[in-house]
Order: sequence, then C-alpha cells, then structure tokens
Amino acid sequence: MKKNVFAKMGCTILSLVLTAAMVTGCSSSKSSSDGGKEESAEIVIGGVFPLTGDIPGIGSAMENGAKLAVADINAAGGVLGKTLKLISEDDQNQASVAPNAISKLIDQDKVAGVVGTYASSCSIPMATIAKERGIPMISIASTNEKVTQEGGGYVFRACFIDPLQGKVGAQFALQKLSAAKAAMLYDKSQDYCVGIADKFKTNFNEGGGEVVFDETYNRGDSDFKALLTKIAGLNVDVLYLPDNYSTVGLIAKQARELGITCAILGSDSWSDPGLVTVGGSAVEGCYFTDHVSFETDNPKVKEFAEKYKSQFGSEPSGFSVLSYEAVLLMANAIEKAGSTDSSAIVDALKATDMEGLASNYKFDSDNNPIKSVVINQVKDGKFVFAEEIQPE
Amino acid sequence: MTEFLQQIINGISLGSVYALISIGYTMVYGIIKLINFAHCDIFMVGAYTGYFAITTLRLGFIPALFFSMAVCALLGVVIERVAYKPLRNSAKETLLITTIGVELFLQNIIKTKALAGPNVLNFPEVIPTATFKIGGLQFSNIQLITLGISVIMCAALQFLISKTNTGRAMRATSYDRDAAALMGININRIISVTFAIGSALAATGGIVFGMLYPKLEPIMGVMPGLKAFVAAVLGGIGIVPGAMVGGLSIGLIETLSKVYISSGLSDAIAFIILIIILLVKPTGLFGKRNVKV
Repeated sequence: MKKNVFAKMGCTILSLVLTAAMVTGCSSSKSSSDGGKEESAEIVIGGVFPLTGDIPGIGSAMENGAKLAVADINAAGGVLGKTLKLISEDDQNQASVAPNAISKLIDQDKVAGVVGTYASSCSIPMATIAKERGIPMISIASTNEKVTQEGGGYVFRACFIDPLQGKVGAQFALQKLSAAKAAMLYDKSQDYCVGIADKFKTNFNEGGGEVVFDETYNRGDSDFKALLTKIAGLNVDVLYLPDNYSTVGLIAKQARELGITCAILGSDSWSDPGLVTVGGSAVEGCYFTDHVSFETDNPKVKEFAEKYKSQFGSEPSGFSVLSYEAVLLMANAIEKAGSTDSSAIVDALKATDMEGLASNYKFDSDNNPIKSVVINQVKDGKFVFAEEIQPE
Repeated sequence: MTEFLQQIINGISLGSVYALISIGYTMVYGIIKLINFAHCDIFMVGAYTGYFAITTLRLGFIPALFFSMAVCALLGVVIERVAYKPLRNSAKETLLITTIGVELFLQNIIKTKALAGPNVLNFPEVIPTATFKIGGLQFSNIQLITLGISVIMCAALQFLISKTNTGRAMRATSYDRDAAALMGININRIISVTFAIGSALAATGGIVFGMLYPKLEPIMGVMPGLKAFVAAVLGGIGIVPGAMVGGLSIGLIETLSKVYISSGLSDAIAFIILIIILLVKPTGLFGKRNVKV
C-alpha cells in the first residue's frame, strides 16, 4: 500500500516536471521566432541535411559547408545589412522525414528560403512543399531531374543533373576504359539510383556498348554475392554502381572476393571518405563522377579546403563545396531581391550570374545550373582528379 | 552448374548468419513466450562491442568474441530487469511494444558521440580473409567459420536445454511458470539466464556478420533481424534446431530467388513465405501440432 502511494507521488511529480518542461520548451521557441520578427536584425534561412541515418558523413560535410558560408557572408557584412542565420534540420536520409523537416522550417522558423537536401528521394517531396508554400528552395546535391520539375519554378539546385552524369559516366566507360560490356547494380528504391542507371544504360547502348546485366537490390541489403556471382560469369568490362558510398564499399569488396577484377565506375554519391573506410583496397583504382576536385589551382577552393580543415578537423568533400555554394546563391538572391519576399527571391535566383567556389552559376530554363562534371579516381585511399568534362 | 553450386554456397553462408540470430530469438520465445524485437539490436551492439574490443582493446578474435558475448549477456539481463520484468504480468501487447521501444533506444543511443558516433564504421579484418577454390567454386575461411560457429552454438544450446538442470528448469518455466515456481525454481534467475544466453548468441551473430559484411551502422540489425524472425517462424518458433534449419532455408531461398526469379522481389518472397507458413502450418516445420502458443 505504502509503496503504491510513493509510486503515485513519483508519477505526479514526474508528470509535473514533464509538463513544466513542455511549457518552458514552447515558450522559449515562441520567443525566439517572435524575437526574430520584431527586431528583424536577422535573415533566417533553413538547411536540411542527412545528419543521421545511413550517410551521416555526407550530412555533416554538407552542414559544415553551409556553416562556413554563413560565417563568410556575415564576416563580409551579412545580407541586406542584417545577420544571416542558418537553422539546420535532419532528414535522416529518409523520404518520409524530409517533408516534416522543411515544413517545420517554413511554419515554425519562418525561413526566407531553404537549402537542401542530399538525396533526390528526399528533395522531391520537399520540392512539392516548397511549391505549395511558395518558398524558394535550392537543392544541394539532388541530381534527379524531377527535383526542379516538381518545384514549379520555386526550386533550384546547386549540382548537375543525372542525365548529364549518366551520359558522362557512359562516355568515360566507352572511351577511356574501352569497355564494350557493362553490368549495373543499384538500389531500386532510390530515385537517384534508378534515374542515373537508366541514363547510363541508354547512353552506353547508344554509344556502341552493351549493358548485359541490369539488376537491383533492396535498401539495407548487405549481401550481394548472389547477383555478383552472376556478374562474375558474364566477363564484363565495367561494373556501374550508382549508389551511396557505404553500400558501394560492401559491393566492391564482395565483387573482388568473387574474383571480379573489371573496372568499377560510380557516381557522385561515392564522394565521401567513408567509401575507402568500408571498401578498403577493393575500391582502389575505381572512378566516379563528382562535382568538385580538390586537386585544382583554383585559389578559392584551396582556401575553402584549408578553412574547413582548420575549423572542423576533417577533409571537406565535394558536397561541402556544393552546400557552401547553395547558401551563397540564396544569400546573393536575397541581396539582389532587396527583401525576403519569396517571389522577388525566385526572380533574382532565375537571373543569377554568380561566381561560386568551384564554378560559375547560371541557371537554364529548368532552374538547373550549367556546369561541368569532374571524374575522380581512388588512388592510395584518396580521391584524385582524372578528368573534367564541360557541358555541351 | 558451377554457378548454381556457387549460389548454394552463397545461400548457406548468408543463411548461417540468419540461423545464428534466429536461435537466440527462438530460445527467448520458447522459454518466455516473448518475441523480443530488441534482439536484433543486441546483435548490433554485439558487432560494435566486437569492433571496440578489436580496435581499442586490441584483442584477438576469440577474446573479442567472448568479451562481446559477456557485454551483451549483461546488457540482455539489464534490459530484462529494467524494461520487461515490471511488465511481466501485463498484457502481451504491452511487452511487445516495450521491446520495440528498447530497439529504438538502442539504435539511437549507439549513434551518440559518446558511444560510436553517427558515422559508418568498418569492422576490422581480425582474421585475414583467405579464399579457397575447388573446381571453380569459391568460398572463404570466414564463411566456413560462420557456418561452424552457427552449428556449434546450435548444438551447445540444444544440449543445454535438453540435458542440463538449468535447461530442465527453463523448460519447466516455459511449460507453466507458476507451477515451476511452486516446485522451487527461481523464475527470475531462469529468465535472466535465458536473456543472458540469448543476448550472447546475438553478440556472436553480430561479430560474425561484421566479419562477413564489414559495415557497422546502428540500423544494421533490422533487416537480418526480420529475416531471422521469419526463419524462426519457418522452423517452428521456440524450437532451436528448427531455427537453424529455418535460417539456412531463408538464406538459400533469398539467394536463389535473387538469381532465378527477381533480384527486386527477394525480400518480398521471404516475407510471403512467412505469411504462407502462418496460414498453412502456423507451428512451423518442426512444430508439434498440439504446441501451446
């Protein structure tokens, strides 16, 4: 009996504490958003990144890039004379979480614009929301064509698109690797993987090669030996794996164990040091299409890389650069628009002619930037520049 | 033909991992009648513990294996005491949902900076991989070790349950908890032992999985865990040899359906099998008809 009384008391106290915490939690968040409005000494933009989930390495590389951009902009006097502020949200690299992240930024934080995110399957539902709510959005690294198509004019991106990436990959395989037979293996649940594989196949077949193996796996798979055994019997010249670095590392490892010695080619989502952590010697010598090469004479990229290293203690990836550039694009457009009015920002974005870090930005009629594709190679565990292909 | 045999080897190698997770699942169910969804996350913790034992503590394979088994056994007992014991007499659903809660807790706590951090880790090559070739067929020492460990663990567990006093007490607890208590069996101790053994088995599975597929992430246990669950049901949940056979079967079915039916449908096929079993023979391949569920 006595015990029960104590238990009840404990419950009451606990619930009181929880309620108190909720009340204070609400009030504090309220005051911060109100404060932003009243003083309006700040211009708030939102960032959506895959900070947790299966590719947190890319998420933090992106967030760090965005943070550096905000710091640099503020050091140069801010936007419209006000301080630029970035609020980050996590999409867990899941299409079901991303819409909530952008809705929260729009409704609660009242952001002027959003930069993000990484995966096309996350950016596509985000683009729909940006269009509905009339908020300008710049996708950082989503290369699937649909991202800007779904955005109804409100959505832009800082990266090239899959048709270009798939085409460049196919050309590289045909011309530089002299491949005649190719095998493809990818995640069927990712818009990114499916879109890019499709374009690779079309271009490889049109260019005189033949894709002899085109199969998919499920998200979260760890064992690829069944399909790789099949590929081993086909004697292909190149294996095309357009998927995230962490999955690709495992596939490459198992492929080498089964005696597949052909060249392996990948896409921009390989661009994370985690590729080598998981893949080890199996990914040595592999090529992938990427956004940036850090082996360049471009002083801006070099300066960025050094600043990044000193501030975050790790190497930046291509996605850090894209993220930096996306924030720069947004800030530039707000400055040009002269206000945080969304249609004015969108108009300013359309008319963008800006010098980024690695490339100059001009958007085509579909809101996609016109920029080149870099091909990097894994050499001694580092990403080494192999080639740069300009858009036609 | 060679390719077909190679696929059989791939399937058995994959299946032996499922079997290893599955026997732990099935034992806990067999004794306590609880489907412990957190089992696959103890498997994940086992893999991470193995990782730290090998990289930070610089242990070899066998010491790391025992270290990880011990840590996970302790974790299993603590989880049972803290989360499941207070609910032992409440509705089954409550307990089931609690296991899912524990699962999410483990997945998210391991991501924190204090533990493993959010980044993917690479399981170290504690035993150098050696590949053997016999008449065009390829298999590695790791695959053999996996299969060996599964068979040994399964046999040891079967021996423990059917031949020892502890095992007899476990079976008595499983059959009628109250009557067993009246016969002088310390129910709390038996349930703790069950969780300790089940979790140690999960840890073994985690380390073996890490050696075969060296990518550690907090959600690594989810898919293998689900497949192992299907394997346990296929073999007859609660029956240890059934889980072994079920695990190997699911591995083979998954591999062969990937190759000969459709790579995209292989998971769907594994789960369709679960539904068919539940419809046609709910007690599983090895289940007795009059089993009390």
